[in-house]
Amino acid sequence: MTVSSQAGIDEATLVAQAREGDTAAFGELVRRYEGKIFRLAQHVTQSREDAEDVLQETFMKAYEHLDQFQGNSKFYTWIVRIAVNQALMKLRRRKTDKSVSLDDTIDTGEDTIVREIAAWDEDPEQRYSREELGGILDSAVQSLEPLYRSVFVLRDIDELSTEETADALGLSVPAVKSRLLRARLQLREKLTRYFKRKGDDAFAYL
Amino acid sequence: MLTCKDFLSELSDYLDESLDAGLRAKLEQHITECPNCWVIADTTRKTIQIYKGMEPYPIPSDVESRLMRALEKKMAAGRK
Repeated sequence: MTVSSQAGIDEATLVAQAREGDTAAFGELVRRYEGKIFRLAQHVTQSREDAEDVLQETFMKAYEHLDQFQGNSKFYTWIVRIAVNQALMKLRRRKTDKSVSLDDTIDTGEDTIVREIAAWDEDPEQRYSREELGGILDSAVQSLEPLYRSVFVLRDIDELSTEETADALGLSVPAVKSRLLRARLQLREKLTRYFKRKGDDAFAYL
Repeated sequence: MLTCKDFLSELSDYLDESLDAGLRAKLEQHITECPNCWVIADTTRKTIQIYKGMEPYPIPSDVESRLMRALEKKMAAGRK
């Protein structure tokens, strides 16, 4: 499946071609989204091995059930929903993780965490190399609870809308919003350690 | 009067610019008077900015080739 001529074709056309049995078109859809699906699967399962299984199962299922894709949501939202379901099944099977459901009720509005209040530099990320920055950002997301992590990845990294995120994760819009707020505040807190303006830290040794 | 807690609970919608004008004005009033909430809003906005649109790493070549092999097999068998 090494077809580069498909690269410029829009998604709806590719989906239509794939439904007609065009395997090259489906291959192009896979190529477009495999990186994002693998990242999402890694974020939810926190295991490279499980993420690889999820990646394969997602596209296998998508191919198998292509007829059921309605076309009223984006193809990406549709495969995200498949991927999230597969990833949650992995977690349930592992059973070591208690927070296996994204539907677990969480109290909303209370105890939104703000411990550190320090201003950041104007372009704080420029203090770090590309690789360092990637490491900082990744480990901050990884340290979020699974409930918040999936919402944050879909909403703020993949830039799905609140409604699309709710749809993909099988959550209500208010649940997405409250989780997103907490995820953002927790990340802000974690990143403050790296990005705060030098001199604002009373305990700075440097 | 808006409390800091009220401000925080609306922060996401404020940063996503999905609030109605009235509430938005109240929040903006609050951050002109509350330096802590201003810092929280500013650093949360930067947090979102930094992550937004982050491209995924290319998937490892061994993972990619196993995926493509599995799919080719599946496609050769045809769809149900």
